[in-house]
Amino acid sequence: MLDSTDSYVTSDGRTIGGVVMEMKNITLRFGGVVAIKDISFDIREGEIRAIIGPNGAGKSSMLNVISGFYVPQEGQVMFHGKPRPQMKPYEVAQQGIARTFQNIALFEGMTVLDNVMTGRLNKMSSSLFAQAIWRGKAEQEEIENREKAEKIIDFLEIQHIRKTPVARLPYGLKKRVELARALVSEPSILLLDEPMAGMNVEEKEDMSRFILDVNDEFGATIALIEHDMGVVMDLSDRVVVMDYGKKIGDGTPNDIRNNQAVIDAYLGVAHD
Amino acid sequence: MPEQIVFAMEVFLNGLMAGVLYALVALGFVLIFKASGIFNYAQGVMALFSAMTLVGIMKGQVPFAHVINVIFGTDVHYFGWTVPALLAIILTVVVMVLFAWAVQKYIFRHLVGQEPIILFMATIGLAYFLEGVGDLMWNSEIKKLDVGLPQGINEAIDNYTFNIFDYGFFIDNLDIVATLIAALLVGGLVIFSQYSKEGRAMRAVADDHQAALSVGVSLNFIWIMVWSVAGFVALVAGIMWGTKSGVQFSLSLIALKALPVLMLGGFTSIPGAIVGGLIIGVGEKLFEFAIGPMVGGATENWFAYVLALIFLVFRPQGLFGEKIIERV
Amino acid sequence: MFYREAGDFKTSYTDDNQTFPIKFDRYRYYVVLAVAFGIIPFLINDYWANAFLLPFLIYSIAAIGLNILTGYCGQVSLGTGGFMAVGAYACYKLMTVFPDVNIFFHVIAAGGITAIVCTAFGLPSLRIKGFYLAVATLAAQFFLVWLFNKVSWFYNYSASGQINAPERTVFGVPVTGANTEAWATYLFCLVFLAISAIIARNLTRGMQGRKWMAIRDMDIAAEIIGVNPMRAKLSAFAVSGFFIGISGALFFAVYLGAAEAGDSFGIQKSFLVLFMIIIGGLGSIFGSFAGAAFLVLLPVALKLVGVDFLGWPTDIVAHIQLIIVGALIIIFLIAEPHGIAQLWRVAKEKLRLWPFPH
Repeated sequence: MLDSTDSYVTSDGRTIGGVVMEMKNITLRFGGVVAIKDISFDIREGEIRAIIGPNGAGKSSMLNVISGFYVPQEGQVMFHGKPRPQMKPYEVAQQGIARTFQNIALFEGMTVLDNVMTGRLNKMSSSLFAQAIWRGKAEQEEIENREKAEKIIDFLEIQHIRKTPVARLPYGLKKRVELARALVSEPSILLLDEPMAGMNVEEKEDMSRFILDVNDEFGATIALIEHDMGVVMDLSDRVVVMDYGKKIGDGTPNDIRNNQAVIDAYLGVAHD
Repeated sequence: MPEQIVFAMEVFLNGLMAGVLYALVALGFVLIFKASGIFNYAQGVMALFSAMTLVGIMKGQVPFAHVINVIFGTDVHYFGWTVPALLAIILTVVVMVLFAWAVQKYIFRHLVGQEPIILFMATIGLAYFLEGVGDLMWNSEIKKLDVGLPQGINEAIDNYTFNIFDYGFFIDNLDIVATLIAALLVGGLVIFSQYSKEGRAMRAVADDHQAALSVGVSLNFIWIMVWSVAGFVALVAGIMWGTKSGVQFSLSLIALKALPVLMLGGFTSIPGAIVGGLIIGVGEKLFEFAIGPMVGGATENWFAYVLALIFLVFRPQGLFGEKIIERV
Repeated sequence: MFYREAGDFKTSYTDDNQTFPIKFDRYRYYVVLAVAFGIIPFLINDYWANAFLLPFLIYSIAAIGLNILTGYCGQVSLGTGGFMAVGAYACYKLMTVFPDVNIFFHVIAAGGITAIVCTAFGLPSLRIKGFYLAVATLAAQFFLVWLFNKVSWFYNYSASGQINAPERTVFGVPVTGANTEAWATYLFCLVFLAISAIIARNLTRGMQGRKWMAIRDMDIAAEIIGVNPMRAKLSAFAVSGFFIGISGALFFAVYLGAAEAGDSFGIQKSFLVLFMIIIGGLGSIFGSFAGAAFLVLLPVALKLVGVDFLGWPTDIVAHIQLIIVGALIIIFLIAEPHGIAQLWRVAKEKLRLWPFPH
């Protein structure tokens, strides 16, 4: 097994660093329902880590624990080797964790550009008064951040719809805009909740390309929940498999492919 | 027993009575909100309009007399007949059902799926509209309403309490009747909503319009039914308040009083409307009795709202309302 | 053909961020400004000032304020009347306690005081949402009106319970009191409106505006991407309170001259301003103007037609006013829930393509 301090280079030339986040014995309950039962795994810097499992396994809840939205009753979330203190969701965003959502959570009253710009809000600090006057510091900051946002818009090829109200966009483009919003905050960790859901083959290929490019060019650590096995096998460095709130597999895609427990879970073999 | 406590008891009892009337008005709101998600600001004006119509029919007024006279230069006011109370009430109910049908057809059918605030604004528009129509139809002078309900101090209670406390409680007969009628209405509505087929359909509609449609519930029918029942409740409230203080504009302001009742009780709960009404009724009167003199009185103008506000901060869904769960 | 963007390329983000990117719009804006500042003061008379222009200017400021809170940030408030009262009474106390300070500063200070009060009443919004919040703001409305009626310090212990605006001047010209001239009061209010509109525009086009709209559209997602909901909501209440307070101060001091809390700032005011932003268009500065103009003009127009033209008695016309306002609100909500601003936007879209249909 790899020592947590080792970094290594993958076959396609990317550098995977040491452990950046670690889930230690996480248990999450909602009233009487145990959503996550004693799960531990880690995420290394620069890798693409998939979280997979049948429906209802607790994957989204796990992502919410990673992002700090849910606080586990037991266990700890370690961030850069130290236990992460309980914080409000907006403070977590300031720590450099960005995410997309399973059922799109874009701001439907705004344009694509405005939505993407909201991702920059932690980088902008002009006061209310400065913004009221606009000329000078506030405008300057707006222009600087606009440039950064446009880079991401270019990268994700959504320039042609930047002034379109988000509500009018088809599903696939909305997902891309959400990815842009998450990316534009220059996150150290990017959480993607079913980024391919509802897409056709072409759209999935595009999205996969973008995810790989994000990891490659921006060096972002990515944790993603995904159902499409082909995507998972192609994209990820390592995989965590969940079923009924428990971890039933943890390793490279090849390890998982041959894991009997995982196969059973997906085929629906009866559990005790 | 010390005097203040005896007075307080009287205030408490009167507060309960007032609370029952509030609950009655709040009921109309709960019905419509349960079935359509609309908070009907016009409920108060509906109470006013139904009371005005009742008086107008009873006295044999010519509808729109004033306008007709201005346009045609005539001078008609009354038909010359009077209508007995019971028949007039039935006719007024017919008018309110027609009103429910019209409201459904011309307004809310076109607003399906809109946000709650838009629906609320529509009911404010409706309130203005109905107030104008009511004034135009029956003129806006204060009218006395008398359908034969007993009024005045209840002698039995007066004597009884005098014997015990050396002080006769002033409990109005009308309030007692109102309480009984309200209790009957509430009981009937609860039974209806919980146990009847239509009541179940109504609750289905309140939950999810689309889903209810898909199991074959006729939204239109349910909504007309709900608005008619609300109209009937408004009429009863209008009769009670109108007998007490005369049929005039201030009747429509009860709508505003119902709001804190609903905030306390939860917008979707019939028992909540009752409990909320009683708490507000008693709370208002006791607060005014105890604290009012120290701050110059008239605390009833705002006490209910502040109470509800404080309550909401700790329990946003009210006493009996459904917990609001938000998911990402 | 004349309303075109072809060939009008933006080469900098600054240009792209303009309020009026299309040339035609920009020129139209300059013309409106020129007429408003340069021509109307010479043509205005007392009747038009009082019947239309002053209420339009003053209500526009209130509408902008409420639009920021409700239209941009999604926090419904039915307390506008009460907050206008705060502005009015604050201005009155300042005028009487500091008679030597120019009223211009008093109005701004009144706005500041209202901002603080509004923020305090906005605290429940951290726990209560949507419709419930609207009802909670009624607590503010009723309590404030009661407060200004009961606590006689607010109206300097006068027997009538009313507050009266003493005469004040700006650059020697009276803008309050009995000796004002239409052009002076008009310009005084116009200046405040212009400043308010510019500030509102700047705030809503930048990150603050985006934070507000994010809270409005999906507050949980907004919090997850980093918006501090308390700061965002309270800042909306504060900014909104500032504008509404200025509007209340002007309404009392310049327009009415005398006021009494219950009559002038009751719940009907709250509804009126809310109607203005709904009919005008939520989340739109232009919509605030449009709604204010519409609802100020409507009763004037109805009175002209009903009383002056048709000769009907005023009480019937008053009843008909209620009917028409109620019906119009419903019609607008059904036909165009995004208000006049949306109608305007659609018209401009069509104009951009004209003479092509699509």
